Amino acid sequence: MDVVLEAVGLAKSFGAVKAADDLSVRISSGQIVGIVGPNGSGKTTFLNLVTGYLSPARGQIYYLGKEITGLHPRQVTRLGVARSFQVPQLYTSLTVLENMLVALVIRSGRQGDCWRALRTRARLAEARRLLEKFGFGDESGQVVRTLPEGGRKLLDVALSFALGPRLLLLDEPTSGVSAAEKFRVMDTLIGVIRESGVTSVFVEHDMDVVQRYAERVLVFSEGRIIADDPPGALFADPIVRRYILGEE
Amino acid sequence: MRGAQVSRTLAGAAPWLAVLLALAILPRLLPDWLGFLLTVAFAKALVVLGVAVLLRSNLVSFGHGLYFAAGAYTVGFAAKWLHLREAVLLIFGAVVVSGALAALLGLFLARYRGIFFGMLTLAFSMILYSLLLRLYWLTGGTDGMVTAPPTILGVVPGAAAGRAHYYLTLVCLALALALTRRWLGSPLGYLASAIRDNEIRVEYMGASVRQGIYRTYLLSGVLGGLGGCLVAFSVGHIAPEFSYWTQSGDFVFVTVLGGYASVFAPVMGSVVFELVRNYAYALSPYTWQMSLGAILLLIVLFLPRGLWSLLAPRAPVSSPWTSSSRR
Amino acid sequence: MDTLTLILLDGIAFASWLFLVSAGLTFAYGVLRILNIAHGSLYAIGAYTGATLAGLVLHSGANPFLAYPVLVGAALLVGLALGPLLERGFLRRVYDQEEVITLLLTFAIFLILEDGMKLVWGVSPIIVAEPYALLGQLPLAGVTYPVYSFLLTGVAIVAGLALWVVIDRTRFGKLITSVIHDREISAALGVNVPRICTVAFTGAAMLAALGGAFTAPMVSVTPGISADVIVLAFAVTVIGGLGNISGGAIGALLVGLLRATAIQFFPALDLFVVYALMAVILLVRPEGLFGGVEVRRI
Ligand SMILES: Nc1ncnc2c1ncn2[C@@H]1O[C@H](COP(=O)(O)OP(=O)(O)OP(=O)(O)O)[C@@H](O)[C@H]1O
Ligand SMILES: [Mg+2]
Repeated sequence: MDVVLEAVGLAKSFGAVKAADDLSVRISSGQIVGIVGPNGSGKTTFLNLVTGYLSPARGQIYYLGKEITGLHPRQVTRLGVARSFQVPQLYTSLTVLENMLVALVIRSGRQGDCWRALRTRARLAEARRLLEKFGFGDESGQVVRTLPEGGRKLLDVALSFALGPRLLLLDEPTSGVSAAEKFRVMDTLIGVIRESGVTSVFVEHDMDVVQRYAERVLVFSEGRIIADDPPGALFADPIVRRYILGEE
Repeated sequence: MRGAQVSRTLAGAAPWLAVLLALAILPRLLPDWLGFLLTVAFAKALVVLGVAVLLRSNLVSFGHGLYFAAGAYTVGFAAKWLHLREAVLLIFGAVVVSGALAALLGLFLARYRGIFFGMLTLAFSMILYSLLLRLYWLTGGTDGMVTAPPTILGVVPGAAAGRAHYYLTLVCLALALALTRRWLGSPLGYLASAIRDNEIRVEYMGASVRQGIYRTYLLSGVLGGLGGCLVAFSVGHIAPEFSYWTQSGDFVFVTVLGGYASVFAPVMGSVVFELVRNYAYALSPYTWQMSLGAILLLIVLFLPRGLWSLLAPRAPVSSPWTSSSRR
Repeated sequence: MDTLTLILLDGIAFASWLFLVSAGLTFAYGVLRILNIAHGSLYAIGAYTGATLAGLVLHSGANPFLAYPVLVGAALLVGLALGPLLERGFLRRVYDQEEVITLLLTFAIFLILEDGMKLVWGVSPIIVAEPYALLGQLPLAGVTYPVYSFLLTGVAIVAGLALWVVIDRTRFGKLITSVIHDREISAALGVNVPRICTVAFTGAAMLAALGGAFTAPMVSVTPGISADVIVLAFAVTVIGGLGNISGGAIGALLVGLLRATAIQFFPALDLFVVYALMAVILLVRPEGLFGGVEVRRI
């Protein structure tokens, strides 16, 4: 199996806080990996390092065997790594549909075109198809600012997915989604991911969600990975239960 | 299928053609001074359109007088050194000069946002101002230059110069509006809005924010140069003040006055501005600025999306300063 | 040798003037995050008021040296009268708005005050040169130099020190610093932010007027002096780092010396060098010589 992402000895500190501390991990093609860990354990930092938003003080990052350490988010994205955000990063004054159209046009590399229209028939059809996959119907014409938090979260993921990545990194895709809806949203997400076969990493606080959808779980603590197992084995481990689930 | 499409396009274009036709017969109905005022307003509307295009990415150019002056002085220098008087060539020259300037300065400016973008554009325009003012042996200094009326496609307009300039300006404006409208509906036009809303997401989609801004700036500079060139034609006199900061301030003022949800808003803003200024000046020569200031104050406080928002309350793309994502 | 002395003296005199006219702008930006175009108008009103009141004193036959405290008084008066009015009446309404809005609001105030001055003082120049002439010339290292320029430097230093003492050495200054640092948190901690803003802006207005009042004896006060001043003040503010007062002082010195040098060697470029320096600083250090950068977390 080919390795899609490999991080070797990543380190990053903010003042005295070690947000990544000799972090190493390998992720193989087609895997769906969950990341858990307490607040401030460096989960988001890991995604920021991988995508080039932060540069590591030490260590290297490889994507499909090619070193990508020090590249900018734009370059990393162009290589096929897409991410979503803990706080959705959207074009809030554009509509849902327009957000998707912008994603699609950038994916095709035509964002510098100032002559032809953005709204071509083919692009509109593709945008609607993708939005439907993620459960957007009538909301397509809605300005994103007016969308409820759950919808924004989902759109954030949908935009990342629309870029057609080889590796998809999702930062807490269900935070802000009501507990009742969590599983419905995850069912949709994981369904789309499985269908496309894209390698995925998702950060998640809810253990039930992780247990149900991840094939492999990384446990973060103070910038380190303290456990790396399939969910079944992991949650049987009493140490993990105590650390992560706070059980006595 | 095709026929239906063509007729739909025609139906869509009909109102615009009607407006254009109305504007075309207007100078026959209006007194000369009003025709002249409209000519200047239309020419300046091009500069305002340039400022508006940038504002859609939340970039405030406080130095668009730079391009206004560059376009105008292109006319002046072309006449002085090259003895060039043909309007079409001069327009071409102004577009090339302002485009080249924007291509150069845009390299630097594309890295800046907010107040820093404003200050850097201001600095660039004041550099040009100080050169135009002090290198008087080249530029005529404070006196500026007198620009003779150009020939239009070889024809010397003579007594009908005023009307000729009106039509020339109208044609340029119509072309620029059509072009800019197309631009705004293109991927690059949307990219500009996307950049305003969320630069991080733009980069995380794999597009270059800097390139998006750079190209937008290029368009905006060219529009500014075109406007300056046309003003030089109709006014016949150019001065360093074209690049002074108060002139740039007026352009931003008019942009906000008109609004910029539509490409037509700057035209409306520009015409209203010139009319108000004209009447305020006629009524009270000492307090016309005060009237303008009061209007600006009211607009800023109560109608931040400009006069256009009165006509089209629900614009397709909302004004950037109602979006909260950037602060 | 004489040239060098002249450059130094001219440079320092010009720098003092620049510092006076830009310190308030910098200070106001630091506290309110508003780049106030109407700062130039406050300067001009200070000049008109200073000239008028000093003129009254001089014509009344009183001790002509009274003119100097009168200039200071005029500045305080202008600041007290207009500062709270502008801040409470207008600026306050746009603190959380986009830059274009705040810039245009102060531009609107600038336009209004511009004509307001014409209504009050007319359009013919007002000249009150006695305070300048009174102090005479001082022979110094081969050149004679007007003593008034040294007075100007003194005023600038005193104004700068006063600002520093207030910000660094008083309780009120601590409150200002906390507002500069983070307005929301200060408000949450119970700081009366609106009051701080009013007082800070009034202080800035006084500084602007002070600059104007002490300029009045050196020039003829005419409509239009505000516009020139404001861009120069912008340049100094940007060079020193927006909102950074000691940076503003060094920026003023830099601009002053550079301009004095240009005047000696390439007089046609005296303005050019100022704006070129502004552009260069923005290009190599956009946060100014002494500013800091902020990074956004995602
Ligand atoms: N840009 C930054 N500047 C300073 N400190 C930072 C920055 N980014 C992260 N940190 C710190 O690094 C540590 C790890 O943060 P990170 O956001 O990676 O945690 P996390 O695991 O994603 O937490 P959460 O579950 O709350 O999202 C925290 O202590 C955080 O305060
Ligand atoms: Mg996180």
